[in-house]
Amino acid sequence: MNVFDILGPIMVGPSSSHTAGAARIAFVARQILGEDVTSAKILLHGSFAQTYKGHGTDKALIGGLLGMYPDDDRIRDSFKYAKEKSLEYSFEPTDLGDVHPNTVKLILTGVSGKNIEITGCSIGGGNIKIINIDGIPVDFAGNNPTLILPHKNQPGVIADVTKILADKNINIGTMKVFRTDKTDYSIMVLETDELIDDATINKLSALDSIIKTMLIKPL
Amino acid sequence: MSYYTKIDQLVKAATDENISIGELTLKEEALNSGKSEEECYARMEKQLTVMEQGILEGLNSTAKSPSGLTGGDAVRLHTYAQKKTIGGKTIVNAIAAAIAVSEVNANMGRIVAAPTAGSCGIMPGAIISIMNEYNIDRKKTVLALFTSSAIGLVISTNATVAGAEGGCQAECGAASAMCAAALVEMFDGTPAQVAQAAALSLKNLLGLACDPVAGLVEVPCVKRNGFCAAHSIAAADMALAGVESVIPPDEVIDAMYRIGKEMPVSIKETAMGGLATSPTGKAYAKKILG
Repeated sequence: MNVFDILGPIMVGPSSSHTAGAARIAFVARQILGEDVTSAKILLHGSFAQTYKGHGTDKALIGGLLGMYPDDDRIRDSFKYAKEKSLEYSFEPTDLGDVHPNTVKLILTGVSGKNIEITGCSIGGGNIKIINIDGIPVDFAGNNPTLILPHKNQPGVIADVTKILADKNINIGTMKVFRTDKTDYSIMVLETDELIDDATINKLSALDSIIKTMLIKPL
Repeated sequence: MSYYTKIDQLVKAATDENISIGELTLKEEALNSGKSEEECYARMEKQLTVMEQGILEGLNSTAKSPSGLTGGDAVRLHTYAQKKTIGGKTIVNAIAAAIAVSEVNANMGRIVAAPTAGSCGIMPGAIISIMNEYNIDRKKTVLALFTSSAIGLVISTNATVAGAEGGCQAECGAASAMCAAALVEMFDGTPAQVAQAAALSLKNLLGLACDPVAGLVEVPCVKRNGFCAAHSIAAADMALAGVESVIPPDEVIDAMYRIGKEMPVSIKETAMGGLATSPTGKAYAKKILG
């Protein structure tokens, strides 16, 4: 805790969990997709489903998908900006099962036709957790530079990735690997202390074992 | 990483060093974060600026919130404050400014969580009105915000500032304690008086329910922010007069936490009790949320 955890953050209202946190989930999701969003199917769970209109959770989510920070006061007019940017969207209350009461699933399509499904929770005070990407359970907050690497299940992948980062003098803060029986690939999530440059991203993407390279730059 | 976890430690450290709690907290924050005091100060000053902008925006807008439950009362009070009032200009302006910021929050404007969004009007309302009314130095005011944070950190460490955990006494109670503490420091009170103001302010809000209509941060929250701004000024004046809380500040905080735990879930931000389940509250909820 520091003084700005208690006095702060600067955010748009009315609710740190229902508005600021929602904007943050969508902002991070857009970064994971890696390009402008053209279509978004938004599934709202629990308290998000019950109160999303009153708390402006819907506007916050659209603002985040458009790349607005949680303190951007254009969020209140985000539907207008969505129209200008030809972002099509729908909201559907749903039951996502045994998850945090403030959870949303974003089914996104980007300008180049890329698709992704991301589930995130708003856990209080504007803080968030991403808990699922394309059906694979994950767990990270996106507060640090974060690399998300879906990769083939084969030996040596982690060594290849960490070598590329080590050669660039990028320190890995945390690292987790997630897999399920349902998919034939896993997801590696690495939070780093340093920002990751494009050349490093290209090197990672060139690895045979890496299916996709996704990067979150912190807010 | 360390910060003061008890009010009496905070008072002792500031008194021993012969500096204000705000100065002490700024120094500690710089040490803990590895950033310079200038950087920490600048970040806090930016928050003061956002608070000021919130007041301006709220005092110049009669827009209703998306739910239609709130909006327009800040302008109403600000207009009224120009005439003869019962409480006097200082109090009515502080109430108007606090409600202005809370209305901006309800209308998706930019605010500083202080310590939460639901209680975001109390500190700017009282602190900025008093700063302007008495021409208090901006630097002193920014330092007083560090004092507020120090008090808030102790509350959050030993109790909670979340309505879902401790009811409104945790949110508006903490905000009022933080606010009263800052006001005393702005008026050159001693660290001990700062702590007394926080204790007196929090003590008088113990047991307060969090029962918002439709689960939205509007009814009763917006008007309560106005009330709590006036309440904080009263607590600060008491402390500056030398009034002391019989129960020491740290014990008041502890009591708040215990009361919060004993409060039923229905009045802890669930919209399942109190005003939220009054006939009118329920009717609005149905209308707004469908």
